Amino acid sequence: MSLNIIVLAKQVPDTRNVGKDAMKEDGTINRAALPAIFNPEDLNALEQALRLKDANPGSTVTLLTMGLPRASEIIREAIYRGADTGIVLTDRVLGGADTLATSYSLAQAVRKFGSYDIILGGRQAIDGDTAQVGPQIAEKLGIPQVTYAEEILDLKDGYVTVKRRLENGVETVKAPLPCVVTVNGSAAPCRPRNAMRVQKYKYAASPSEAAKLSDDRKALLEKRPYLNLQEWSAAYVDADPSQIGLPGSPTKVKAIENVVFTAKDCRVLDGSDAAIEDLVKELIVNHTIG
Amino acid sequence: MANFYTDNPDLKHHLTHPLMEKIVALKERNYTDAEKYDYAPLNYEDAQDSYDKVLEIVGEICGDIIAPNAESVDHDGPSVADGRVTYAPATQENLEACRKAGLMGMAMPRRYGGLNFPITPYIMAADIVSRADTGFENLWGLQDCAETIYEFADEEQKQKFIPRVCQGETMSMDLTEPDAGSDLQSVMLKATEQPDGTWLLNGVKRFITNGDADIHLVLARSEAGTKDGRGLSMFIYDKRDGGVNVRRIENKMGIKGSPTCELTYKNAKAVLCGNRRMGLIKYVMALMNGARLGIAAQSVGVSELAYREALAYARDRKQFGKAIIEFPAVYEMLSVMKAKLDATRSLLYECARNVDVYKIYDDIAKERSLTPEERKESKRYSRMADALTPLAKGMGSEYCNQNAYDCIQIHGGSGFMKDYACERLYRDARITSIYEGTTQLQVVAAIRHVTTGTYLNLIHDYQAVEVKPELQALKDKLAAMTETYSKAVEKVTAVEDAAYGDFMARRLVEMAGVTIMSYLLLLDANRNESFTRSAEVYSNLAQAEVTKHSEFINSFNPSEVGLYKVD
Repeated sequence: MSLNIIVLAKQVPDTRNVGKDAMKEDGTINRAALPAIFNPEDLNALEQALRLKDANPGSTVTLLTMGLPRASEIIREAIYRGADTGIVLTDRVLGGADTLATSYSLAQAVRKFGSYDIILGGRQAIDGDTAQVGPQIAEKLGIPQVTYAEEILDLKDGYVTVKRRLENGVETVKAPLPCVVTVNGSAAPCRPRNAMRVQKYKYAASPSEAAKLSDDRKALLEKRPYLNLQEWSAAYVDADPSQIGLPGSPTKVKAIENVVFTAKDCRVLDGSDAAIEDLVKELIVNHTIG
Repeated sequence: MANFYTDNPDLKHHLTHPLMEKIVALKERNYTDAEKYDYAPLNYEDAQDSYDKVLEIVGEICGDIIAPNAESVDHDGPSVADGRVTYAPATQENLEACRKAGLMGMAMPRRYGGLNFPITPYIMAADIVSRADTGFENLWGLQDCAETIYEFADEEQKQKFIPRVCQGETMSMDLTEPDAGSDLQSVMLKATEQPDGTWLLNGVKRFITNGDADIHLVLARSEAGTKDGRGLSMFIYDKRDGGVNVRRIENKMGIKGSPTCELTYKNAKAVLCGNRRMGLIKYVMALMNGARLGIAAQSVGVSELAYREALAYARDRKQFGKAIIEFPAVYEMLSVMKAKLDATRSLLYECARNVDVYKIYDDIAKERSLTPEERKESKRYSRMADALTPLAKGMGSEYCNQNAYDCIQIHGGSGFMKDYACERLYRDARITSIYEGTTQLQVVAAIRHVTTGTYLNLIHDYQAVEVKPELQALKDKLAAMTETYSKAVEKVTAVEDAAYGDFMARRLVEMAGVTIMSYLLLLDANRNESFTRSAEVYSNLAQAEVTKHSEFINSFNPSEVGLYKVD
């Protein structure tokens, strides 16, 4: 059975290698100082997608990402690893989106695909750590969602069986297709880039990249149609202007503070239930937890 | 998140050597493959970009997967049951990563599913893989055997086996037997021809690296009653046909992840590769030259890791109130390690480039006849490759052992414990100067190039290169060194005594080796000033070595050889 698989991915600043200049004075991220990478858990999702493709010859894996035009970098990266193609949803009016506006925009893009069997994505992106976009897309599309997936165990007869990694163990669930599956970082790492595919697709370019290329390279894009990556605009996916970008984002960042923990004192409890309960209550009252 | 290619700019320096432009143009037949294959390069820059990108994949897999696995591979090792080998779990993971990345059959032509890489970038991948895990380099590097199939097998065999190698099936070369080690003429494994033209193999092989491979190249006696090399032929055995079992695997000192097998052949069906009787005299010689270059690369990888481990430890370890790297005794060791590493790496790639040119000409000669100039050129490169291969293997392996030794020395008592990678490296390094021909046999292969003047001619070619003014003093020093070498050669060759000649051979070969490596580093420094320090440090070492050998030769009376004879 050949499947139409969509992988949601995001190009993110590499927050694992944060230097002193990672933040600007106004508290926003200094993107220029951080290398842009393929969001790690989206790579785990891509691997699950590629395994489905391996098991179901004839399937196609399409990467869908929303971001700046340069996000086509992660599409090439995904193609090097085995994805068939990819789309960048990019438009000035999409900028400044929170998870609600992002999931709306991406859901609109998914609708544009027409048919699809399964949507995979990473659990969360390392720049926001919300884990909201995948589930929100499922809600907007009105399809089931399976979160915290560690492995897709089986896909047949219109159902997918997924092993979920939860706090205290694993859970195996079955969901009807199409559905959204968000994949945990504990899932299998993504396979490496393939030497032959890298050589074949290294000149793949989106229209905004193509515009800046030399005539030779433009001619190559014409000669080899598979090198042309797609860019979709907000209008192309029929997005309602009031639900996208800043206007569509109820989340407003007031300020970002750099919190440094300074407290060094410790308190020894006697181990009784009452002592633990007292501490928990205290922490709830002072808003440390809860 | 380590990358063993991008963290080492020396590699790119060698990859972009000026001769590469010619090599790649020849290999790519002036880039005509681009019309047929969507992953073939469009021009030289494009080809270089592809090598760069593919080596980046190699570097990433090595840094993120193979190197972190090396300790457990060394600990777990492979196992054998019911005649079959099971690799250590982490070895399987390494192989799977290489397969998925399409790094098998790198040097094979595109029509068989390969990447059509010249030898030079392929050898660079071997250099990188070896730094990650010396023993894994053996398994991965045995893809080299496909080269022998490509060069000598018939088209049907090529189409059957090479694509399988490119897809990730592993290979082995089954040469050694209990009574045929360095002396392969004594191989006894019996090959009997069947009415249908296939052959049956019967007998035993020993010390076979990756002996449970999918595809084997086997040296066997096809001519009953013969006793020498002319009765041996090369066969291809396909594991799918059955008949070869692994009796046991050796418990080795190092490269423990790579299974070394004793094999029994019971009516194992095989096909003849190339012509009868040419097995040893032609095919094994070609196979060995490729394998020796592979071991030279493996040795450089070991030296690289030894240097890095020693450097990191020396910076970190504090004694007497400061980091030990600040003590002259330690920093001298480190600088010499780096100089030896750089010297052997330069020699490795010089050798690889020469192999590239003549092999590509050989390949072109299958499509059209070469012009007289091309034939002449090919012959020259072939001769240089033949001269440089035993040097690169012999000196590279000896130096990597020395570097592994010094790496432990810098670690002090900690280096003797199992806690640091250096003890594994020390064990892994040891085999490099033994297999694919011991250092002593490399000397046998190299000495004729001392006596016929190949090395001296090569040195004269290097001398003809103009260098920057600041390197002129170094160049003059090397000229004096060459003079000492040349006089030593005259002195030894003037004596007509075979035993004396053999006795002095290693000294002369080493003199040639260190002089050539000094020149190569000089030329590296001329092109890239980051090599200047190693060029200077190495030339000091080389000069001392040349002087030492020269002194020994000059003060030695040929009749003294008897003094050394032991019954």
